[in-house]
Amino acid sequence: MIRKISIILNGEKRSVYVEPNDLLLDVLRDKLGDKTPKYGCGRGDCGTCTVLVNGKSVRSCLILAVEVDGQEVTTLEGISKNGLTELQKYFIKHSSFQCGFCAPGMIVALDEFLKKNPKPSEEEVKEAISGNLCRCTGYVPIIRAVMDYVKNRGG
Amino acid sequence: MEELKFVGKEIPRIDEKEKITGAAKYVDDIDFGPNLLYAEIVESPYPHALIKKIDTSEAEKVEGVVKVVTGKDFPYKFGLYMKDRYIFPQDRVRFVGEQVAAVVARDPKIAQKAAKLVKVEYEPLPAVFDPLEAVKEGAPIIHPELGQYSHVPWFFPKGGSNIAHHRKVRRGDVEKGFREADYVFEDTYKIPRYAHCCMETHISVAYYDLSGRLTLWNSSQSPHVQKSLIADALSPLGISEKDVRVITPYVGGGFGGKAGVTMEVIAAALAIACKGHPVKVRWRRDQEFYNTYMRQQVISKIKVGVKKDGTITAFQIENFWDAGPYVEYGANVVNASGLSATGPYRIPNIKIDSYCIYTNLPAAGPYRGFGYSEMLFSVESHMTRVAKAIGMDPVEFRKKNAIREGDPLAYGAPMNPNGLLEAIDKVAKEIEWGKKEEPKDPNKAIGKGFAIFWKAPAMPPNVSTTAFLKFSGDGSVNILVSGMEIGQGYHVAMAQIAAEILTIPVEKIRVELPDTDRNPYHWQTVASHVTWASGNAVKRAALEARDKIFDVIARAYYFNKDSLYLENGKVKCKTKPDFELDLKDFVINGIMKEDGYYVGQNIVASGQFFVEFASALQDPETSQGGHPNVHYTVGAAAVKIEVDKQTGKIKVLKAVEAIDCGKAINPLNVKDQMIGGLLQGLATALYEDMRFDKNGKILNPNFTDYKIPTALDIPEEVVPIIVEVAQPDGPYGARGMAEHPMIPAAPMIANAVEDAVGVRIKALPITAEKIALALAKGEKEPDYYWHIMK
Repeated sequence: MIRKISIILNGEKRSVYVEPNDLLLDVLRDKLGDKTPKYGCGRGDCGTCTVLVNGKSVRSCLILAVEVDGQEVTTLEGISKNGLTELQKYFIKHSSFQCGFCAPGMIVALDEFLKKNPKPSEEEVKEAISGNLCRCTGYVPIIRAVMDYVKNRGG
Repeated sequence: MEELKFVGKEIPRIDEKEKITGAAKYVDDIDFGPNLLYAEIVESPYPHALIKKIDTSEAEKVEGVVKVVTGKDFPYKFGLYMKDRYIFPQDRVRFVGEQVAAVVARDPKIAQKAAKLVKVEYEPLPAVFDPLEAVKEGAPIIHPELGQYSHVPWFFPKGGSNIAHHRKVRRGDVEKGFREADYVFEDTYKIPRYAHCCMETHISVAYYDLSGRLTLWNSSQSPHVQKSLIADALSPLGISEKDVRVITPYVGGGFGGKAGVTMEVIAAALAIACKGHPVKVRWRRDQEFYNTYMRQQVISKIKVGVKKDGTITAFQIENFWDAGPYVEYGANVVNASGLSATGPYRIPNIKIDSYCIYTNLPAAGPYRGFGYSEMLFSVESHMTRVAKAIGMDPVEFRKKNAIREGDPLAYGAPMNPNGLLEAIDKVAKEIEWGKKEEPKDPNKAIGKGFAIFWKAPAMPPNVSTTAFLKFSGDGSVNILVSGMEIGQGYHVAMAQIAAEILTIPVEKIRVELPDTDRNPYHWQTVASHVTWASGNAVKRAALEARDKIFDVIARAYYFNKDSLYLENGKVKCKTKPDFELDLKDFVINGIMKEDGYYVGQNIVASGQFFVEFASALQDPETSQGGHPNVHYTVGAAAVKIEVDKQTGKIKVLKAVEAIDCGKAINPLNVKDQMIGGLLQGLATALYEDMRFDKNGKILNPNFTDYKIPTALDIPEEVVPIIVEVAQPDGPYGARGMAEHPMIPAAPMIANAVEDAVGVRIKALPITAEKIALALAKGEKEPDYYWHIMK
């Protein structure tokens, strides 16, 4: 049974018709045109589809679109749309991402984490991104950028 | 030597902003409109069976199904080095998960539902999964037609058997070498299969338009090879290569898994069957494990003879490669690693047998390291054991026997200039080799392991690449190449090379992703050769552009062309110190002379690199003669680990790796390749563990059960070291290095485990379970753990 839901997607109210078994990931990508969350595993293992629902990171491949009716959803597109964030500038400085496929999920996860924990230790950063798999970088260039950002943020 | 302004500098990647904003488009991010169709694959449940009958009638009745395609619709073979594979199998299936049919529908859910309604009748055949079983008399023959397959001239298939290729190398007299030795050591090692695990799964969208033009959008390392191979496979339908276009946007990881052609040919066939519609084939994560390539399994039997002083007198190896049922690419892994199976050692008497063996496990092929990651586990484990057995330090043993410039390789050609000894020394110093360290916790033990390595690009002898370079009116530059930016930092490296010649900043240069209609030919982004080959082409294109620039200025101002030079994006003249002209002032619009007439040309240029100094024609019995490899990149690595004696768990305290890349075009990216590649290698050593059931079905095709490293699994410290002994024919002396970082990981872990707890593990992975069991049972060489794989 097709149902109409509304999502505050990156600050804009969007209404869309979905089937009860439509995944949030597929609805974001195929019905709402936000391609930043990626399909990587379809079972919550890899984190490439990470988005924020009401500010909390979730695997959009594991939840149904109908579950977020009326909620706020933020993707990397939302994080990037007003220009580069300070953290993103550090990713450029450190050439943090290689193939880049994990970047949308990784950056969304870090956005949530650094709001909760503005001065994390390196171990805490590793823990925070341990649900986001990256096959290229060995994680070091990503952690390097985050720690440099944390060291220099806010004067 | 002139000081370099861009080459050799740690300039940030030019593709980074697209990737961190989410602007970077991967194939699945492109919209194809409401006419897009989706495919679902009907897969074989048997590892080996005859296809008796396929009934598609029920599936075709489902509303929304557009077409059901089977082997009879496309009875055409394809393959890179040997055509041993059909687009869809014709009369038999050869592994669990093989595509028997495809359902194309308006909606992916409809395709999935209808695929379950396709009825296939099979007659199961005996299957074989162990390469040593597959070469025995009476083993099931997987390709009865092997003798008739077309292949490159450097393969030697044995018709009527499961041996798809046998690379033999004979140098000196190996028996005499063993007689001259004071000691001879032999043993057997086992290297299992592994998966690439690119974060982006394979995807291909193919569109055969109503005029007969075939366009594919692929996640790929090989746009031009895919264009040729797909056109070749479909040529019986009148498809010409000029009408095939392959577009490759960003790719979410490759590691060899997206080289050549695998599932893209299925998308092409389905598009032809559904003319006028784009058709999407996207692998699920489980399909990514079993229906692209895996890394090959190897059983490696090695025998080394040495004198008391540590001189190696003889080296013999038999590598039995389980290549799966299709080896159109994988046989060249076996070939390339066969030619170099000694590792980077100077050895007078050599006997190498590298067998490519068909089995009924999924198809296996190229994976970062192209055979060297696999076979150097046995060589580098064994060399440490040989050194220790004769009472010699393993690092001293390696330095004594390390290959040097000019030494004959196993096939006779001379070794290229290299910094192997420098790499060994730098790694030994950084890891504090020889310094025994005691753990604070008595339940733990600390050990160090060392390994050296090499790898040559494995390529056809006539590999080529071209670059186009064009200016815009504001003096900015677009470079068109068909190498793939697969994460290695290719784009910024090419921009740095062009910037160096044109004296403009990297920010004024874009490097464009391939579209075979627009970007010129490049073979494939494999073999760690693009910085070297494409870098040469880009440099030549920039030099040609510079020559045209000088030509315009010389004609417009009556200057001697030889007196002109570029500085900060301006043309200057040695004999006219007051003259300078910015590139943007003339590269498109030319220069107006006093009379109002113009002198000029649009500055566009091309550069090409075509290998004319390699030959794969060698004596098939000895591999002597010819020059199959353009050069080798060498390196050394070491690790310090802590082993928990109760649980067997290994913690990597420090990893050090030095690679001689000739010249680091971008040292930051070179070091980051080492960091990322090492972790990928350490995972194969420590925990990545692929399991199959007794029917050859993979049991763990997902990241819950096939563990790849997370941020919590990285070593406590990684030290990458750049060595630069110039490659004479490389751009600014550069040679490739991006596959190499993972090669030494497994043997150096095995060597460190033995150093720490006295247990020699000869079958990967070196899991905590294996170490704990061996320690509990007091076993030094627990061979029987091989069978854990089964």
